[in-house]
Amino acid sequence: MTRDEAAARLIEIMRDVFDEDDLQYDDSLTADNVEGWDSLSHVRFLVAVEKEFSFRFTSGEIDGLKNIGEALDIIVRRATQ
Amino acid sequence: MNCPFSLSWNLPQPANFRARVSTLLRAESPDIAEIQRLAAFDLDLTGLDALRKLVKAKREWLTEKVGLTPIRLGIVSSHTVDYLAQALPGTALRHGLVLDVVMAEFGQAAQQLLDRGSDFGRAHLDAILIALDHRALGLSEARLTTTDAESAVDAAVSYAAGLAEGVRNTIGTCCLLQTLVPPSESLFGNYDARFPGSARAMIERFNHRLLFEIAGDTDLILDTASLAALTGLAAWNDARDWHKAKLPAAMDATPLHAEHLCRVLAAARGKSRKCLVMDLDNTLWGGVIGDDGLNGIQLGQGSSTGEAHLALQRYALNLRQRGIVLAVCSKNDEQNARLPFRKHPEMLLREEHIAVFVANWDDKANNIREIAATLNIGIDAIVFLDDNPVERGLVRELLPEVAVPELTEDPADYAGILSRAGYFEAVGLSSEDLKRADYYGANAERASLMKIGNLEDYLASLEMVATIAPFDAVGRVRIAQLINKSNQFNLTTRRYSENEIARFETDPSKFCIQVRLADRFGDNGMISVVIFDCAEFEWHCDTWLMSCRVLGRRVEELVLGHVAAAALRAGALRLTGVYLPTMKNSLVVDHFAKLGFTKISDLPDDGTEWSLDLVGYQPPELPISVVVFGTLVESTRQPQSV
Repeated sequence: MTRDEAAARLIEIMRDVFDEDDLQYDDSLTADNVEGWDSLSHVRFLVAVEKEFSFRFTSGEIDGLKNIGEALDIIVRRATQ
Repeated sequence: MNCPFSLSWNLPQPANFRARVSTLLRAESPDIAEIQRLAAFDLDLTGLDALRKLVKAKREWLTEKVGLTPIRLGIVSSHTVDYLAQALPGTALRHGLVLDVVMAEFGQAAQQLLDRGSDFGRAHLDAILIALDHRALGLSEARLTTTDAESAVDAAVSYAAGLAEGVRNTIGTCCLLQTLVPPSESLFGNYDARFPGSARAMIERFNHRLLFEIAGDTDLILDTASLAALTGLAAWNDARDWHKAKLPAAMDATPLHAEHLCRVLAAARGKSRKCLVMDLDNTLWGGVIGDDGLNGIQLGQGSSTGEAHLALQRYALNLRQRGIVLAVCSKNDEQNARLPFRKHPEMLLREEHIAVFVANWDDKANNIREIAATLNIGIDAIVFLDDNPVERGLVRELLPEVAVPELTEDPADYAGILSRAGYFEAVGLSSEDLKRADYYGANAERASLMKIGNLEDYLASLEMVATIAPFDAVGRVRIAQLINKSNQFNLTTRRYSENEIARFETDPSKFCIQVRLADRFGDNGMISVVIFDCAEFEWHCDTWLMSCRVLGRRVEELVLGHVAAAALRAGALRLTGVYLPTMKNSLVVDHFAKLGFTKISDLPDDGTEWSLDLVGYQPPELPISVVVFGTLVESTRQPQSV
């Protein structure tokens, strides 16, 4: 799976979870620049990513996330499908 | 099926889910059928959150116009319940509830529950969930001496009992307790089970005492321990999610957790389903009776398919014993359809177990409507079990109120799916429950009798005996059931909890009666509940409801005669009452008029107010004999100042 393919699937999840239809993918997206992204939707987001890409974030990966680009890197590395 | 937490009896959430919710959000009066269809999917957290927003935006419409039941739940907890709270309103919609959640700050359980002036004390909550986990109760670490273990369990029990007491007495609302889920890690391995100080053994003792010492008759129980066991303890207890967010269970278990909580709340409001409608071919037996014949269908010992269908029949029969009404809806010639019930030696279900038997070639949605009408129950009280996905789809589309479990290809799964779907959740078992299936059977017979002769002769032939008694502890569970689930014959649709009903029993300003009716076909059980507020010269009707099973039997005239006599004895001059319309109670729009009341005013929202002068009131001759139990006169207000 290429990074672009993963990004396309990831942004669909983000639109759904954060309830923002117009959201466009950008590596620099964080909770600060997405309106619907709060501590509650953050956990929902992680669960949705795990389900979509069939893998499980480790505690360390969750703690270290700075922006969506880093999450995408993990997805590309870890996702099995 | 692969995720242990999925609600696999529901269809998966469709790709266009969010778009469909958006359409509803934009609509002035959203389509309730569409809302029911959406709520019936196996929703993930995001889907449930979308429904939560819909509920928030359309709350008034859902409660006032659609008539869903509003309920306010408080949660005190020793861990994060925010995710559960977010998932609850969407889940509650699946159960016909409009749920508001109020959460206490972390670790504020005692402050909230033991002080009447707290936020919780003033929040008018219908129920409070006390969500504790083993860590907060000091039961997660093994105690190496029996004395230490016992005192740890004692301390936990007394803490939990104190909080429950606070909910019941200080706050004065319904208490919802949950069992503790044991940790996945063992200390000794298999020896944990018999070592009194192991976390597992202590938690097991705590749970036993929670259920049999702490929990009172009016408390509700959420058995999280069994739920966790059912899904697999190793999956339920998610160490990462605990460390990350102090979540008591795996994040993906949240929708299932919310579903179980809502089931209990809905059951307490009388919203559990009442009737199981079953298909025949390839559902109750393997094969097609019309093609394969009596000897060709698979049923019973000898084949795994036959045994699987038999296991479903056994489960249905068990449901019937606890009060669930069984019905058949099959595309068949009636003679063929009835043949196995009459002639097949392995059939457990017999014709006498089936309250309504429909076998024809009409569409099943129509037939299910007919079944509901015959039984005098709502369509939302029905579960429809059918192996054929086309029939399931049709019923889901045309009758979204009906619960239609999604089945697998394997009949061996059917009973388990039906059980896990939890349609028949109960919060108590009354003696009426045990007899209900028979009442409905007898009702079908009464219906056929009705066609002969005139109504008067028919009523006389029923040899009816009514038993009237004041509210008492014995009748309380059934009184609460009737008060909370009667929609059609209900003048005011006021709901009261068991706690409130218990208080009415001794309240001298209230005249409360329960009415039972028996006839030559059997005992109908408690069928009417009436509450009057007794002022000096005027008794005002707070609640008047009746089971539709006994419509047209003149029971309401009998009840009026009884209330009037008591009111006259107490010195009152008139009875008054109101009719408050809902979407479901147009049946009683003329109730007071028919009883000879005069309309005295129109109320807002099409309600009406009525009065009956007791001077000159003559009770009619009725074909019902009456037994009056208890000390009715003493339980009513005495004529003190008259």
